[in-house]
Amino acid sequence: MELKDIIKPENLVYKRTECLTDKVLSYCPGCGHGTAHRLVMETIEELGIQSETIGVASVGCSVLSYDFMDVDMTGAAHGRATAVATGIKRCNPEKYVFTYQGDGDLAAIGTAETIHACNRGENITIIFINNGIYGMTGGQMAPTTLLGMKSSTTPYGRESALMGNPIKITELVAQLPGTYFVTRQSVHTPANVRKAKKAIMKAFDNQKLKKGLSFVEIVSNCNSGWKMTPVTANKWMEDNMFPFYPLGDIKVDGELVKK
Amino acid sequence: MGELKLMKGNEAIAEAAIRAGVDAYFGYPITPQSEIMEYLASEQPEKRTGMVLLQAESEVAAINMVYGAASTGKKAMTSSSSPGISLKMEGISYLAGAELPCLIVNVVRGGPGLGTIQPSQADYFQAVKGGGHGDYRLIVLAPASVQEMADFVGLGFDLAFKYRNPVMILSDGVIGQMMEKVEFGEQQPRRTKFDEPWMLTGKTPDRPHRIVTSLDLEAVQMEKHNLDLQAKYKTIRENEVRFEEIACDDADYIMVAYGSSARICQKTVKLARESGHKLGLLRPITLYPFPSERISQLADKVKGFLSVEMSSGQMVEDVMLAVNGKVKVGHYGRYGGVIHSPEQVLCGFEEFLSK
Ligand SMILES: Cc1ncc(C[n+]2csc(CCOP(=O)(O)OP(=O)(O)O)c2C)c(N)n1
Ligand code: SF4
Repeated sequence: MELKDIIKPENLVYKRTECLTDKVLSYCPGCGHGTAHRLVMETIEELGIQSETIGVASVGCSVLSYDFMDVDMTGAAHGRATAVATGIKRCNPEKYVFTYQGDGDLAAIGTAETIHACNRGENITIIFINNGIYGMTGGQMAPTTLLGMKSSTTPYGRESALMGNPIKITELVAQLPGTYFVTRQSVHTPANVRKAKKAIMKAFDNQKLKKGLSFVEIVSNCNSGWKMTPVTANKWMEDNMFPFYPLGDIKVDGELVKK
Repeated sequence: MGELKLMKGNEAIAEAAIRAGVDAYFGYPITPQSEIMEYLASEQPEKRTGMVLLQAESEVAAINMVYGAASTGKKAMTSSSSPGISLKMEGISYLAGAELPCLIVNVVRGGPGLGTIQPSQADYFQAVKGGGHGDYRLIVLAPASVQEMADFVGLGFDLAFKYRNPVMILSDGVIGQMMEKVEFGEQQPRRTKFDEPWMLTGKTPDRPHRIVTSLDLEAVQMEKHNLDLQAKYKTIRENEVRFEEIACDDADYIMVAYGSSARICQKTVKLARESGHKLGLLRPITLYPFPSERISQLADKVKGFLSVEMSSGQMVEDVMLAVNGKVKVGHYGRYGGVIHSPEQVLCGFEEFLSK
């Protein structure tokens, strides 16, 4: 059998999601951003809400996510995505509105906007990619950088006395009455991808209920910033990031999950 | 005739916003303009027209909420006073870069820093020369009465949407706080059609997805975007200059003043004429675009210009550029929150004459 005999519509088992464009992703090979993009767009396709969705890209490696996601989108200033999303949603309550933000964007420069959008219970979905580092600007310390972790601005490792502690913003926003669904996922194995997809689906579905904000953290790798191969980066993430940022639901249907 | 009311300038802006069919107001309290949001809150605009009103956590958040609302084609506005406007500057630069229409009101107070809550005109440079980063311009309207505070809301949005550009009303604590009679027009309906190709309305199968952004990583593309912006600003300069002349026909000297300073200078014109000086007043209504051409024409027949501002001398630079050395140009003004009197301006003028 030749290749051309195999490449036939009836043999198709996997294809690009309709809601992703043909543009080649700008992400490093092995980076979690691409998988996270796909899951968000699969969700929009499966819910049939492409024409009702408006996305907000942030500043970070995903600054061009609006080129890859085939929905109407705007690019917010660094850290301001949830304020921009608030403006969109308040004026267009019938639309599905989401932000896609990195940890520097959401948990450092945009902390105030994040906390207050969560506290107001804006009916939006936040997709939060936590890779513990500033990927786009070349691997500087992020608010989420682990203690001891090396970055270009903590070349000898992050020290709490000098640089503070990594912030668990997801646990923090879960405490606010405005959040309805708060979860932490990863996309580095097929099983985790399936779980993350379910969480994202729930986060978009929740917008119909108008009960508050859905917050999906995805702990992800940054093999370039961490200076590791994709495989070692994923292993390092399991061994170091997950103990500090444990995966699983934190708040479901407005109730904190008892551990 | 429309409805007559006695109101503060700040309240007039708020009432005019509801009547102009504005879709959303996002703000953060600061003296001397908090009455704008307070008036809106008491009027329950969500019941009157469905207008969205939201007190944001900061001016930074408020201007970015405006950015979000504007990117879907909604008429969105914010207001603040000087320190708050400084915080909005990043967002304003993004709005200008992404070519989004909106209205920003600055009820100016004395600075720098936390400054004072008293009126000032020291934010002229920030309003007309950029303020935020990058090569951009705002259309800047300078009301001199409570009536103009109200009228410029509608005018501001018309210009904002005509040029897809942020518009600023540059007012000050005098106009914001004083009460005057103001006439309002009929209630305008809110926009229901969002059919312009830049508006984010949700991607449908019949069109490609839309992107609102100020980013282009290709320098050559970004230069092209800048050239387009500059062409737009040129059209604005050619078509939207607004000013008022008072006693300029036979004038030997002309004061240039805007906003509350122009109100004060009107009295100075009277006082000066009583004491034999042929003094006139040119009041720019648009600070950007500036009435440079008119000032240049007048410079051919008068002996000098005095820029009268509640600042240490900012607009005077634009007067000088327009006059281009043809006649002498001076500045008079109290500042840091102090308001000059008509008599003080007259003394300032006489001193200018003697120089
Ligand atoms: C006001 C402002 N400050 C700084 C920057 C530079 N900057 C761009 S992206 C970034 C960090 C992004 O990190 P993160 O949000 O973690 O996203 P990642 O790149 O890791 O996906 C910084 C500091 C900017 N664009 N704007
Ligand atoms: S720098 Fe890091 S976050 Fe950015 S694309 Fe590369 S791996 Fe992904």
